[in-house]
Amino acid sequence: MHEPGAAEWQGSPPGAVRRAAGSLEAEILGILRSATKPLSPGEVREQITAGQSGDLSYSTVVTIVSRLHDKGLLTRQRSGRGFIYTAVDEASVAAGRMSSALGSGVDHGAVLSRFVSGLSGRDARLLRRLLAEARDSAEQD
Amino acid sequence: MWLLYLPLAIPALAAAAARPLAAWLEPKPAAWLLTITAVALAMCSSVALALLAAYAAARVPVLATLGDYSQRIVRRADPISLPAGFFAGIALIAALVAVAVLFSNRARALAASYRRAARLHDDHGVVVVSGPGIEAYALPGRPGRIVVSCELLDRLGANGRVALIAHEQAHLSGRHHLFVAAARLAAAANPMLIPLARAVEYTVERWADEHAAHVTGDRGLVAETIGQVALLASARPARLPSMSLGAAGSTSRRLSLALAGPVPRRVAALLTAQPRRRVAVFAVCLVLVAVAGVAALDTAGNLHALLEVAQAGQ
Repeated sequence: MHEPGAAEWQGSPPGAVRRAAGSLEAEILGILRSATKPLSPGEVREQITAGQSGDLSYSTVVTIVSRLHDKGLLTRQRSGRGFIYTAVDEASVAAGRMSSALGSGVDHGAVLSRFVSGLSGRDARLLRRLLAEARDSAEQD
Repeated sequence: MWLLYLPLAIPALAAAAARPLAAWLEPKPAAWLLTITAVALAMCSSVALALLAAYAAARVPVLATLGDYSQRIVRRADPISLPAGFFAGIALIAALVAVAVLFSNRARALAASYRRAARLHDDHGVVVVSGPGIEAYALPGRPGRIVVSCELLDRLGANGRVALIAHEQAHLSGRHHLFVAAARLAAAANPMLIPLARAVEYTVERWADEHAAHVTGDRGLVAETIGQVALLASARPARLPSMSLGAAGSTSRRLSLALAGPVPRRVAALLTAQPRRRVAVFAVCLVLVAVAGVAALDTAGNLHALLEVAQAGQ
């Protein structure tokens, strides 16, 4: 919905913008991680403004929050007309990155050796029967 | 001249034999045999395509002038129709492109895996991730890592964990991803070899299963663990196996295994006796590969001889 728009950043050198955006991201992520409940972008903005960051526009906060969501660092749920956001716990971010690092444009099934591949319904039934038979014969021994 | 078509026909035979071979043979030698067969046959069939195209190309006047040979002699001797040669050329180009694309994808995936593995913090090669879901895989690298989800570890008993880790460890130490990649590349060059590539994927799983059985000393435990994890990982709500058990239906087991996916076949293989080495089967496979190779080389020799004659006749 709110893609990072070039228009917001016009006028400042690209390097400075990236740094500013990076530290803002970290700050917003920090706020959401320490929050006890999901926050809307408006609530996030209030907390930043309560700090020293000064006057950030609402749309900037929305931009950053949705960017964090795209990166998989936040989960969101619909609330009224907008979304409220929760920080994803850090360990599961690591786990998600693990699959996405290999997943983006690369055939990750190619190199990963999964313990089990998928089961069709038929395979699952067959498997249950095989295991049950094995248990039965083990009991009889 | 029919000899030239042999390297194109033998892969069909190998494809039909691949699945029974993967089931009969001891997994480790079977993985080697099937991989080598797939790669050798892919090379032979590519050479055969190149020769078919070359025979046709030899009739193109410009090439005759450039190569300074008699077009008349080539035409008289040439048993291959222009369309056949043309299609062989197209097929060869398609094969080369498919191999190149797959190779670059695999190389990128492997590089990503190495980078990933190097960055993971592990405990004796095992990385436990707390993400949701039932997941366990081996990530090739230097050293490779075994990634297991917390949830899966929680659901397995101590013995099941040992079996799981031993299985994945076998994939890493045996470099099984290279077997699979080689077979897939062969199948990219010649799609008739796709069943062979699937059989290679199956045999490396079996290889790892047998390794886990060796480590734990209990084939039944490994079978049980694979089955348990597969049922947990499949999205369907799993009823308890003992509850779904009916006395009826077990007679059809042999029949249904013939069509089953890899997981039930792996479990069934572990629940029966360990496979034996079968030297005769190996010999037959290698003879087939050799025939394909000789046919390709022989035709190459023929083409060379023909062009020499044609050059002398110029």
